[in-house]
Amino acid sequence: MPLTWLILLILAIAFAGYVLGRRRALNSAGGDRRVLHSLPSYYGAIVAMWAVVPAAGVLIIWLLVQPYIVNSSVLSTLPDTMVAEGSSFSLVMSDVRRVADGLDVAVSTGAMSREAAASLSTEDTDVRETLGDMGVALGSAVSAEVLGAAQAYRAMNATGALMMAVVVLLITLGGAGFALSRSHAEFRARNAVERGVLALLIAAASLAVLTTIGIVFALLFNTIEFFKLYPAADFFFGTNWAPSFSGRGGASDLGILPLLWGTFYISLIALLVAVPIGLFAAIYLSEYASPRLRSIAKPLIEILAGIPTIVYGLFALLTVGPLLVTMFGKDTLGWMSGGTAVMTAGLVMGIMLIPFVSSLSDDIINAVPQAMRDGSYGLGATQSETIRHVILPAALPGIVGAILLAASRAIGETMIVVLGAGAAARLSLNPFEAMTTITAKIVSQLTGDADFASPEALVAFALGMTLFVLTLGLNVFALYIVRKYREQYD
Amino acid sequence: MNDMRILERDVDTKEVKIAARDVQVYYGTNHAIKDVSVDIEDKTVTAFIGPSGCGKSTFLRCINRMNDTIDVCRVTGDIRIDNQDIYDPRVDPVQLRAKVGMVFQKPNPFPKSIYDNVAYGPRIHGLARNKADLDDIVEKSLRRGAIWDEVKDRLNAPGTGLSGGQQQRLCIARAVATEPEVLLMDEPCSALDPIATAQIEELIDELRQSYSVVIVTHSMQQAARVSQKTAFFHLGNLVEYGETGTIFTNPVDPRTESYITGRIG
Repeated sequence: MPLTWLILLILAIAFAGYVLGRRRALNSAGGDRRVLHSLPSYYGAIVAMWAVVPAAGVLIIWLLVQPYIVNSSVLSTLPDTMVAEGSSFSLVMSDVRRVADGLDVAVSTGAMSREAAASLSTEDTDVRETLGDMGVALGSAVSAEVLGAAQAYRAMNATGALMMAVVVLLITLGGAGFALSRSHAEFRARNAVERGVLALLIAAASLAVLTTIGIVFALLFNTIEFFKLYPAADFFFGTNWAPSFSGRGGASDLGILPLLWGTFYISLIALLVAVPIGLFAAIYLSEYASPRLRSIAKPLIEILAGIPTIVYGLFALLTVGPLLVTMFGKDTLGWMSGGTAVMTAGLVMGIMLIPFVSSLSDDIINAVPQAMRDGSYGLGATQSETIRHVILPAALPGIVGAILLAASRAIGETMIVVLGAGAAARLSLNPFEAMTTITAKIVSQLTGDADFASPEALVAFALGMTLFVLTLGLNVFALYIVRKYREQYD
Repeated sequence: MNDMRILERDVDTKEVKIAARDVQVYYGTNHAIKDVSVDIEDKTVTAFIGPSGCGKSTFLRCINRMNDTIDVCRVTGDIRIDNQDIYDPRVDPVQLRAKVGMVFQKPNPFPKSIYDNVAYGPRIHGLARNKADLDDIVEKSLRRGAIWDEVKDRLNAPGTGLSGGQQQRLCIARAVATEPEVLLMDEPCSALDPIATAQIEELIDELRQSYSVVIVTHSMQQAARVSQKTAFFHLGNLVEYGETGTIFTNPVDPRTESYITGRIG
C-alpha cells in the first residue's frame, strides 16, 4: 500500500502546512488578526492548497505515464524473434506481466525473498513449476527472455514507484514551503484562495465536457473501424437486419432501417400516450388543483420517474403484454400473436414518460405570469378559454421542449424494449407485431462471445453513434426552444 | 394639488352606475374592507386614493368579481350595477367581467399579435359576425385606446414588443373592445414614465364620454388631474367620498386632510 501511505503523507504535510501557515501569518501580524489582510484560516488554506494540488497533479500524471514507459522499455529489451513466433507484442507483454505478477505474489507471501526473485533464472529452476507451487498458474513454460523481461519489469516498476514517491513528496514539501514563505500579514491569501476555488470549479466543468468528448471519440474510432469492414451505404439504407455470428459463417446483413423504424414506432406510441396524459395532468395540477392536492399529487406522479426501467420492463412483460393479448389476441380480434409487441413497449414507455412531460409542463405553465391570467379573466374569459387561448400558447415553446426531451428519452430507452417489444427486427406498420430498437440490438450484439474485431460486434458502435447523434440533435433542438421561450417575458 | 383646474371642473350630478352597500371583504381571517358604501356615477372618473394596503384595489376587484379567483377571499354586502346585484347567484361572473372591463397596474398584453390581443375579447364573446366586423372592432378599439396611429402598420407584430406606455394603451384598447359599461383601472400608470402617464391620463378623460371609469391611484396629483369624484380609503374604511375639488381643498375628515397634506400614508 505505498500509494495509500504516500497520499496520507501528503495530506499530513498539508495539514501541518495549514497550521504553520496560519500561525506564521498571525505571528507576522504580532498576534493581532485585525492587522492581517485576510482571515487567518485563508493563510492556512493557501499553504495546504500549495502542498496538495501540484503534488496530486504530478502523482496522477505519473501514474498514467509510468506504465507506458515501462512497457515500451521492457518491450525493447525483448528480441524481435520472440514477437515473430508469438502473435503480437501485447500477447508477449501479457505473458511478461503475468510472470511479474507471479513473482510479486511469491515475494509477498514470503515464499521467495526479494533477491531470489530478482536473481531467478530459467537455467537452474523450472519457473513455471516454482510459481505453480506458490499458487500462480502459468499457461506455458517460461522462456529465459520472458523471465528476464519480467524481472526488468518488476525492477523498473519498483524504481518508478520509489522515484514517484520521492518526487511527489519533494513537490509537496516545496509547494508548502513556498506558500509558507509568502504567508505574512500583507499577503492577499483570501484572493489567492478565491482563485484556487475558481480553478477547482473550472476543472470540474471541463472534466464533464472532456468526458463527453472522450465518449464521442471512443464511439467514433470504433465506428470508423466498422465502416472499414462494412459499407456505410448498406448500413444506412439496408432494410434487412440479420447478423450472422462469427464462426457460423455467412455474411451478415446489417441494415439500420428496421431498427430505426422500430425505435421511431415505439417512441411514437410512447409519446402518443405520454403527451396528452402528461399535458392534461400538468394543466389540472397547475390551474385547477388546490395547493394542498397539488403538493400531494405532484410528487406522486414524479415517483413514476424514479421507478427503474427494468421494473417497467417486467410490468410490460408480465402484465401489459398478456392483457393486450386477451384484448387483441387470437381469441378476440386476432391482431396480436404474442405478448411482446410494439404496442406493449410503447404503452409502458408512455407511462414512464408521463412524469417527464407533466412535471416540466407544470413548471412551464406555472411560469406564465399571473398577469396573463388576470388579463384574460378581466376580459370575461372562462378558465378553460384562458388556458386554451392564453396560457397554452404562451407556454407552448416550453411544452414542445419538454416533449422533445421526453422523445429523446424514449429513443434511448432499452430495458422496456428488450422485455416488451421482442427481438425481431422488422419493417412493419402493424403495432401489434414484435419489433426491436437500436438500443436493444446494441445490447444483443455486445452480450455473448462476440469477437470485437468482427463487423457484427463493431456495428454496435455505429448504432450507438447514430443514436447519439439523433438524441443529441433532439436535445439541442429542445434546449434551443426552451431557451427561446425563456426570453419572452423579460 | 395646486392645480387650478380642480376648482373649475364640471361636476354635474349624473345617474348612479354602481351602488355598493355595506361591503365587507375578508382574506381568510383578515378583514380587508369594512362597511364600504359608495355610489359611483355614470360617465364620470372616480378615483380611489389612500395609503398602500388600505383596500382600494381590493374594493375595485369586487366590482368585477375578480376576487372570486382568489380562494381565501370572501365578499359580503351588496354591489349593484344598474340596479342589478352582481353577487346574485344568477349572475355569471364571466359575463359580468365582459361588462366591467379592467386595466391592470402592469401592462399585460398577451404574447400574441397586437390584432389578436384586441380581438381576444370580441372573439370569446362572439361580438363580430365576420372578419370585416372584427377588423372594425379592432380598429375602433385601438383608436379609442389612442394607439391606432402608432400600430396600424404593424398589427401582426407581437404586443409584447411595444413600449410600456404603448402596451398599457393596448391593454386599454383590449378592455374597451368588449364594449364594457364600466372600466376599472388599477394603478394604470404606476409602471410608466411621465410622458406615457400624460398620454394615458388624456385617454382616461376621453373615455369618460362613454364609460364610468374607476381608477385606483397612488398619485394624488393624478387623482386631482383626471377624476371628478374621489374616494379616500384608510385601513379598509371608506373615510371620505365626494367631489374631487372638495376632497383636495376642503376635506371634512381630519384623516383625509392628513393624507393629502402628506402626514400619513
